[in-house]
Amino acid sequence: MLDVRGSVIASSYIVAAILFIFGLKQLSSPSTARSGNRLAAIGMTIALSATLLDRQIVSFWTIAIGTLIGAAIGVYFARTVQMTAMPQMVALFNGMGGATAALVSVAEFLRLTRAGERIGLGEGTSIVLGTAIGAISFTGSIVAFGKLQEILPGKPLQFPLQRVVNALILLALFILGVMVVTQGGSTTLWTVFAAALVLGAMFVLPIGGGDMPVVISILNSLTGLAAALTGFVLHNQMLVVAGVLVGASGTLLTLLMSTAMNRSVANVLFGAFGATSNETGAAASAVGHTVRQTTPEDTAIALAYARSVVIVPGYGLAVAEAQHTVRELATDLENRGVNVKYAIHPVAGRMPGHMNVLLAEANVPYDQLLEMDQVNGQFPQTDVVLVVGANDVVNPAARDNPSSPIYGMPILDVDRARNIIVLKRSMGHGFAGIDNALFYHEKTRMLFGDARQSLTQIGQALKSA
Amino acid sequence: MSQELVLGIYVFIMAIFVGFEVISRVPSVLHTPLMSGTNAIHGIVVLGAFLVAGSADTPLLHTLGFIAVVFGAANVFGGFVVTDRMLEMFKKREIPQGEKKDA
Repeated sequence: MLDVRGSVIASSYIVAAILFIFGLKQLSSPSTARSGNRLAAIGMTIALSATLLDRQIVSFWTIAIGTLIGAAIGVYFARTVQMTAMPQMVALFNGMGGATAALVSVAEFLRLTRAGERIGLGEGTSIVLGTAIGAISFTGSIVAFGKLQEILPGKPLQFPLQRVVNALILLALFILGVMVVTQGGSTTLWTVFAAALVLGAMFVLPIGGGDMPVVISILNSLTGLAAALTGFVLHNQMLVVAGVLVGASGTLLTLLMSTAMNRSVANVLFGAFGATSNETGAAASAVGHTVRQTTPEDTAIALAYARSVVIVPGYGLAVAEAQHTVRELATDLENRGVNVKYAIHPVAGRMPGHMNVLLAEANVPYDQLLEMDQVNGQFPQTDVVLVVGANDVVNPAARDNPSSPIYGMPILDVDRARNIIVLKRSMGHGFAGIDNALFYHEKTRMLFGDARQSLTQIGQALKSA
Repeated sequence: MSQELVLGIYVFIMAIFVGFEVISRVPSVLHTPLMSGTNAIHGIVVLGAFLVAGSADTPLLHTLGFIAVVFGAANVFGGFVVTDRMLEMFKKREIPQGEKKDA
């Protein structure tokens, strides 16, 4: 039977697990989401406090100082990060969780080995998997962070025999893992750790920046899984429950996202999407198609005298941090009696719901945000579509050109609107790295420049229009 | 297989079903905060770091434990605060079709 301390810890873990589950459930509705997050935080506090009662813990200094430093770093970054940089923040925190799981697995192995305890098959396997998955999640997240922060190039980075090399590392990991489980050996486990670190980076480098939402989601569920595995290593059910909850949700989110792009998860991971130059697309666009440019003044007039305007935000809006400016422009238009809506593609931006979060920050009312299925039927009756930094999600090739790499991805049918104005930094390609026929369409006018600057200029011109 | 391992596997499988069931009803608007919120929850792994750091008896184990606690704590605290910041922006608005949107 459990002693008093053990009972307190066990019941606290049960309470914490229930709070995590209710917290996640409440996250499913906008009105309760915030309290859901707080319930989960309370659950976390209970679980962590109860753990301090564990008899295994004899020294508190390392824990106290480490927690203070970690919390200070975490809270500082979480408070100061721009809303536009949210995706890379999640990636970074996720990487830290992965590193923790790997280090815990390694340390527990070293402790057991030193104490001369026999490591069972289940424990040994959990240690190897926890180490490897945690380490992959760590470097994978760091690379994803680097790509989103534009420290690393967003384009897929490839070299010859990349897949062969990755497969060999994976094979080596497997063999080393079996050795650790059957024979032990801390050097072998460290080698597993190092090989997994390399594999994590190699696995994310060839994936294009546009696919980072799916990658972060996969890495998120991997970290959950690694946390659950440390639960098996430490015989701690709390870790198993919480880790698996995250693993399951991350997997579900990953599937939802790839469905929205009409691609399989395998295709996202191994397709090196956007690295291959698209011969057909480039050839088609080169055939005497011209780009028609416009000015902020002309754009303002077109918008002012429209009856209905649909704004299509994309990653460019996030990069330019133009969410407030676009909201101001929309308000001015509404005051003139123009009907303004926003069309939100499920994978616009770099995270699912990225655009919703940005526009919510700028106080855009929910009922102005239309999802793809709601808005697609309305485009033929729309006078002006204003595309702000979106590219692949409005590319008609996904609908019309079977040879396009994004063929079959559901898109916003903006080319069916009466007029299209595209705000864009340059004629550069989107993250998928393919040409967009929309930009050469006779109904399309291009306004080049930073999205926020362009929107400000349109706003000023609107006042005199 | 030990009794405890079998029990652990049961818990593992049940938690998968609970995770799917609870989360499959989240509207896409809340996917980013959800990802961020679950990201904070897997910071629970800092609990393992507590156990390792608190029972360390060699300099190497102390160092590993310490780094693990720092990283894990950053994951937990940063994760919850950043999620709260995201959700703060949703609170002012009344809830229109939020829930009806594809769940």
